Amino acid sequence: MLAKIYITLKKDVLDPQGSVIANSLRSLGFNNIEDVRQGKFIEVKLNTENKMTANKQLNEMCEKLLANLVIEDYKVEID
Amino acid sequence: MKSHVIVFPGSNCDRDVAVAIKNISGHQPQMVWHKETSIDQSDLIVVPGGFSYGDYLRCGAMASTSPIMHDVVKKAKEGVPVLGICNGFQILIESGLLDGALMRNSSLSFICRDILIKPKNQSSVFTKNAQVAKMPIAHNEGNFFVTSQQLKKIQDNDQIAFQYCDENGNVNEHTNPNGSLENIAGILNEKKNVLGMMPHPERAAELAHGCEDGKNIFESILN
Repeated sequence: MLAKIYITLKKDVLDPQGSVIANSLRSLGFNNIEDVRQGKFIEVKLNTENKMTANKQLNEMCEKLLANLVIEDYKVEID
Repeated sequence: MKSHVIVFPGSNCDRDVAVAIKNISGHQPQMVWHKETSIDQSDLIVVPGGFSYGDYLRCGAMASTSPIMHDVVKKAKEGVPVLGICNGFQILIESGLLDGALMRNSSLSFICRDILIKPKNQSSVFTKNAQVAKMPIAHNEGNFFVTSQQLKKIQDNDQIAFQYCDENGNVNEHTNPNGSLENIAGILNEKKNVLGMMPHPERAAELAHGCEDGKNIFESILN
């Protein structure tokens, strides 16, 4: 089973990298950029077919290590 | 006096800390490899700076899961003084001993220069004799952040150890090198026996460094 994990900065946390990327995109002529937020994408392969168990484990992984819940949100997707 | 310095793969300030402790206390600290699982009776545990695990995932995240950290957390909860410097501060946050997060500097640049800090808390074992002091910072992720509820909690409980300031002790946006909330350079845990700080006192601890202001922190714990 392949899981995809998206980690993003919380909405109220400033993202200076995102702002710089937005400015660079504008300078390339993309004038309709409202905002850019940068995050992380992690793939985890699990040797289980039980989606319930996998979902529980993946959430635990995010809370214990993969995300810092003070500044980041996470989203888990299972194929 | 027994002290211990934890060494992770990628630590690079461990020996500087050991030299500072030896010079100041006369005692040689014991170096503890991160794969060890316990620390002997200790009067001070230092988690030094560097780039543990190449800063993978988030600075300090991997090191916080190293075997030795279980005992560091246990000893800290028992009241043993624990000092985390730079990457060590990041590791203590990731291990849950200190509140908040250390984000990328607001300038997006690695900053390596002398700064000035002043103590806010003046009663902890680390800060009881502290004054405005000059020492270097050398980091890319030192931008301290906490939620507004956590900030209120650490303010009410006198947990802000150091703030970036000017030579007169003024704290404002011009004296803030990295975007840290409230110019925070270091914080304490609730019991005040754990200190995490971004500036490097061990790099301002003898005449050859050009400044000895950093000695004060070690002296107040060691002597």
